[in-house]
Amino acid sequence: MGMSTRGKVGWLIATLLVLVWSLFPVFSILMTSFKTQDGLFSGTLLPPEWTFENYAEILAPGGSAQDLFLPALRNSIGISLISTFIAVVLATFCAYAIARLDFRGKKLILTSALAVSVFPVVSIVTPLFNLWRSVGLYDTWAGLIIPYLSLTLPISIWTLSAFFRQIPWELEQAAQVDGATPFVAFRKAVVPLAAPGVFTSAIIAFFIAWNDFVYGISLTSTTAARPVPAALSFFTGASQFEEPTGAISAAAIVVTVPVVVVVLIFQRRIVSGLTQGAVKG
Amino acid sequence: MSAPTTTEARAHGRRRKRGSDRARSEARLGWWLAGPAFGLMLLVTLYPILQATYDSLFSLRLTAPDEREFVGIENYAVILTDWAFWRSMLVTLFITVVTVAIELVLGFALAMIMHRAITRLRGIIRTAILVPYGIITVVSAFAFFYAFDINTGYINSWFNWVPGIDESFNWFAQQWPSLFVIILSEVWKTTPFISLLLLAGLAQVPGELEEAAKVDGAKGWQVLRKVTLPNMKAAIMVAVLFRALEAFRIFDNVFIMTGGANNTEVLSLLAYNTSIGRLEIGMGSAISVLLFLSVLVISFIAIKGFRVDLSGTRGEN
Repeated sequence: MGMSTRGKVGWLIATLLVLVWSLFPVFSILMTSFKTQDGLFSGTLLPPEWTFENYAEILAPGGSAQDLFLPALRNSIGISLISTFIAVVLATFCAYAIARLDFRGKKLILTSALAVSVFPVVSIVTPLFNLWRSVGLYDTWAGLIIPYLSLTLPISIWTLSAFFRQIPWELEQAAQVDGATPFVAFRKAVVPLAAPGVFTSAIIAFFIAWNDFVYGISLTSTTAARPVPAALSFFTGASQFEEPTGAISAAAIVVTVPVVVVVLIFQRRIVSGLTQGAVKG
Repeated sequence: MSAPTTTEARAHGRRRKRGSDRARSEARLGWWLAGPAFGLMLLVTLYPILQATYDSLFSLRLTAPDEREFVGIENYAVILTDWAFWRSMLVTLFITVVTVAIELVLGFALAMIMHRAITRLRGIIRTAILVPYGIITVVSAFAFFYAFDINTGYINSWFNWVPGIDESFNWFAQQWPSLFVIILSEVWKTTPFISLLLLAGLAQVPGELEEAAKVDGAKGWQVLRKVTLPNMKAAIMVAVLFRALEAFRIFDNVFIMTGGANNTEVLSLLAYNTSIGRLEIGMGSAISVLLFLSVLVISFIAIKGFRVDLSGTRGEN
């Protein structure tokens, strides 16, 4: 392209700045997770002495935060996966109808999804807190999965409608003309094109459920259903003289690394999903 | 969904006339497919807000559930005449305005970098920018909290050359420094979203217009101000509205860093502390309803006042 040296240096600096800005807080908490109890107070970014004891605290049998962290991890994974699955399945039907069929109320559905996605979560949580306690859903998986749908459904409907609208549906008819049964035509011509959109919506919906804190902290009281973000705020040190800082940092890294890996692998799809869902809808 | 163009509408009309049975069965199928998602979505939001509106008219504490008493709008009167509520409102609005303003500038810079980057760098830059999006807000809050904390932090020793900052400076003991760190964490976590929306907006600006302006002798800054920005006004408006409504609901960062101490209690936290902290369901519900009404008002002002055209930005017209 014949870029000038100045241009190259400029881009190098810009890239470095972006990397530092985006990764520094993650690096910072990663370093904290390797600090010893004394090292926490060193006033330095890098640990003066490296240790894995914080990871042992949350993962190894007998670790002080293990019985808080592992159930929370199980709850977070289970609850987020189930609410993502329900949302994506229902939203797939809904988005298919919006993209393919002619019926009144499409605009109403999309506008409602938009309104629900900006709805203040705290306004939902107070009545649910009261209701869940009287119907026995307080501190259960179902008690979180249901309100999580208010987070995962709207974004799934928007993203999937955007994806489905771009699918060349004529291919399906072409396949039928060529003698394929409707089911085979759908499977061979539509599914391969729709699958990436469904998959991307699932990733985005999962991120949103995985990130929730308000529901998690309000609608649970024990390790029976408490998800990771809420559990982190309940960590205490191994003794009353110890800070939970190291254990919290280690737990934060354990729940962050898989997400970063997913972002690394699917960045292109996530970007197109987010922008289509929000802007092009 | 925006209104179909006239030709499309005419085509639809013709189709409807030709086969109204078919159209009716198509509509029925449409609602069968879309209905469950639509109904469930409304059920999980509409029902709670109606329940909250109802509860907000009662004096109801879970510590004394039998003393439930209808009080009309008294809860609202108490809240609206209490300085604590207005202070929360001001703090929330302050955080909203400042974060959205910073994120708009920063997000635009990041979007420009992504837009212009050569192919070899584009992947790595986009991945890096997306990382904060995937990180749990609570984790981001802890990362910034530990970095600034007077005991476990290193920011004080890094920046002790700045007047006012030394080893004994407690960021979380006063309102302004606390808000600074809260806003920093919020900006870090949510800028990716706004920059992606702006990136999509940038992609819609016709490249020929920018080229033409350059040929006419316009400088980079002038092209940006006169050609690029006006052409992506719609995308900017949508990004600002979305982020403003999200920032207005801020909860996680404040809960982790200060718990609302030192006048940092935002509206969401006020509602949470009232209903789930102190079990005053009636009062908490009233705050929840007021929060919901505030979001409605902000959306209304944005859509009517600033003419944010939600359908126009979806590339359908």
